[in-house]
Amino acid sequence: MAKWFMLTLVGEDRPGIVAKLTHALFEAGCNLGEASMMRLGGNFTMMLMVGFDGKAKALNDVIAPVSESLNLHLHVDEINAALHTHLEPDVRISVYGADRTGIVSEVTGALAESGLHILDLESDVAGSTESPLYIMHIEGHAAEGIDSLRAALNLMQDRGIETSLEEIDTLLG
Amino acid sequence: MAILDILVFPDPVLKQASETVTVFDDEFKQFIADLDETRLSAPGCVGIAAPQVGRFQRVALVDVSGNPKHKSNGYMVLVNPEIVEWEGYKKGREGCLSVPDYTGNVMRATSIVLEAQDVEGVTQRYECEGFEARAVQHEIDHLDGLLFLDRLVSRRNDLFERKVYKK
Repeated sequence: MAKWFMLTLVGEDRPGIVAKLTHALFEAGCNLGEASMMRLGGNFTMMLMVGFDGKAKALNDVIAPVSESLNLHLHVDEINAALHTHLEPDVRISVYGADRTGIVSEVTGALAESGLHILDLESDVAGSTESPLYIMHIEGHAAEGIDSLRAALNLMQDRGIETSLEEIDTLLG
Repeated sequence: MAILDILVFPDPVLKQASETVTVFDDEFKQFIADLDETRLSAPGCVGIAAPQVGRFQRVALVDVSGNPKHKSNGYMVLVNPEIVEWEGYKKGREGCLSVPDYTGNVMRATSIVLEAQDVEGVTQRYECEGFEARAVQHEIDHLDGLLFLDRLVSRRNDLFERKVYKK
């Protein structure tokens, strides 16, 4: 059975990166699993689960010609992983405020102490160079319940950080 | 009583539309009982539609009363259901017995008025809100060959779309 590898690729964004990379993987008989890809600060970033029947070195050799031609940094790790192991988030938290150092650390620190297990986090800096705005969305599991998270977020209001929390009540039908 | 087999996508039959129910006999009532037993066998499942077990008739069951915070009409047998009024839109997370190990965000009307026949063939009228309205819309979609996968919207980039957390 093929092993799972985590591929990390980062480099200056340009059209066609995903198509060229995945074509090379397909030609090499790889199977793709879960992935996260996005443009961050003008770079294109990929985190990609790849099932491959071989060693990390062999997989690296498959990708290297393409990643080098696209000027992407490449990193390959064999990982202990499986599909169909999703954890369902039960809370979604949004945070925004005038950008300054420490927002993520303060907010996630308080939430971690209150039992939050982060499953997904994305953040962005909006606004302008003169007046940047930090925005963050988190989905996670509230191991100690929603109320303790609310209390933690309450404390953030006094520090100029706007927060909102909503329960994710997943319908199964 | 029997627990029926759930069809799982990509089985193509889940994409076909179901037929109007015209016969309300004992066999039909037994099917309804089996369908609900099947629903109850899945923890947390609030609705099920006949095509999910391979019977292509316009029948769905919804019961969100298991969680007391949801406004509820209780156990509803919805035969040949039609939504006659819609109001409001809201995004919410949905999963499906026919699509295991995946949930996604879907826009649904926040309140609906619905007409449906009951298990005896008598037309009933229901007003549904919030989670129950969402469940009804999810199940009626099955009768039209639609899955929540056909209605997914992004998980990303929605800032404070719901109630703002009180200061």
